[in-house]
Amino acid sequence: MLLDGVANAGGAVGAGLAAIGAGLGIGQIGKGAVESIARQPEAMNDIRANMILAAALVEGAALFGIIVGFLAMVLK
Amino acid sequence: MALRRVKLALAAVFSVFSIFFSISLFAQEDTHVRPKEEHGVTEDKHESKKSFDAAEVIFGHILDNHEYHFTEYHDAEGNVHHVSIPLPIILYSKERGLTAFMSSRFEHGHADFNGYRIGDEKIVAVKEDGSVDEGVKVYDLSITRNVVQMSLALIILCWLMISIAKSYRKGLGVKTAPKGKQNLLEPVVIFVRDEVAKPNLGHKYEKYLPYLLTTFFFILINNIFGLIPGTANVTGNIAFTVVLGLISFVVILFSTNSHFWGHIFNPPGVPGFVKPILILVEFLGVFIKPFALIIRLFANMVAGHIIIICLISLIFIFGQMNSIAGWGTSPVAIAFTVFIYFIEVLVAFLQAFIFTNLTAVFIGSAFEGGHDHEGEHIHV
Repeated sequence: MLLDGVANAGGAVGAGLAAIGAGLGIGQIGKGAVESIARQPEAMNDIRANMILAAALVEGAALFGIIVGFLAMVLK
Repeated sequence: MALRRVKLALAAVFSVFSIFFSISLFAQEDTHVRPKEEHGVTEDKHESKKSFDAAEVIFGHILDNHEYHFTEYHDAEGNVHHVSIPLPIILYSKERGLTAFMSSRFEHGHADFNGYRIGDEKIVAVKEDGSVDEGVKVYDLSITRNVVQMSLALIILCWLMISIAKSYRKGLGVKTAPKGKQNLLEPVVIFVRDEVAKPNLGHKYEKYLPYLLTTFFFILINNIFGLIPGTANVTGNIAFTVVLGLISFVVILFSTNSHFWGHIFNPPGVPGFVKPILILVEFLGVFIKPFALIIRLFANMVAGHIIIICLISLIFIFGQMNSIAGWGTSPVAIAFTVFIYFIEVLVAFLQAFIFTNLTAVFIGSAFEGGHDHEGEHIHV
């Protein structure tokens, strides 16, 4: 019973931490992209493509964390 | 002026209040009538109607199922009626051989049929006396709703692409402006070619373009189908994404060259004592890349669906406390749902793009270097 509670709490905290990590990462990417577009507006298309790529990679790492957190809650 | 504004605000607040008030009266009346109707109902039906289990609703929506289940309602006698489309069930076991029947025979889990029973997750074999037969291993080859929807997506994909290809072959839209369905798909095909294939694959892009386009449109059509209320969540099924990821993995492996493997097993310009670590990391990276593709698509689609269902469930969770809270929550919840839904439409395109783009990036990194590398050195 207690173990279930701990697993649930751990999963929830893990998912939250993963979300924080992804938020920081994607925020940094967005910041970089906006700054570089402001400096060099003609490179906007290249920058946007690379931004989405990098954001997807960061998000992938965060989703790993969330899935593991989910498994901690579901698998008993 | 200020007084008038206050008056307007007051009027608005009162009118909103009166909406809830009148509705709450209506809801109360409804609950007064209901107990009368339920006198004849058996106890377990009464129970199932009373409580709302959010987790059950959520998993019922995102998991695969043997039927399309839309809703259920209670008639005047209190019997539960299900609105659903049954799908064929095909079962195989060594002891009993092959059987096929419609899922409606199970009567939504209330009845056994032909010695089989549908449990919470899978179909099990039962003996004559009704106990579960552990000795029989049942292979479920049923046409579930994911299979139906995937086939539907496949048919639409083939029909669209083949009809367009035919008209291009006839010369329509080659020199002239595109017509009809060509208008719909030509920009997307050009986008995949120019933004995904060419930058990542260089001069070899034509070889991989058919694969990339097929993946892109297959994921996209399935994503969009999954967004129609009542349909299955195909791209949010781990088995579906695993197969797509495995295909990507095979394509990546087949396009590797010696340069790629050389960088993995003998990383150049690295001190000797770091090499073992780096080799291990690089080697695992070969498998982690497609695995990340699998998890990304799966988790994104499941997360989107769960968020939408959670928001809708909020209404019923609050509605259980009392009906005013339920009615009060519903405009907020529905506004958020519509908002998330539009984001999901964006995500449907974005995930199809990201899956294709990352596959192209990985393929490109698998064969880059090699011959081009020599030319680079001369240039430098």
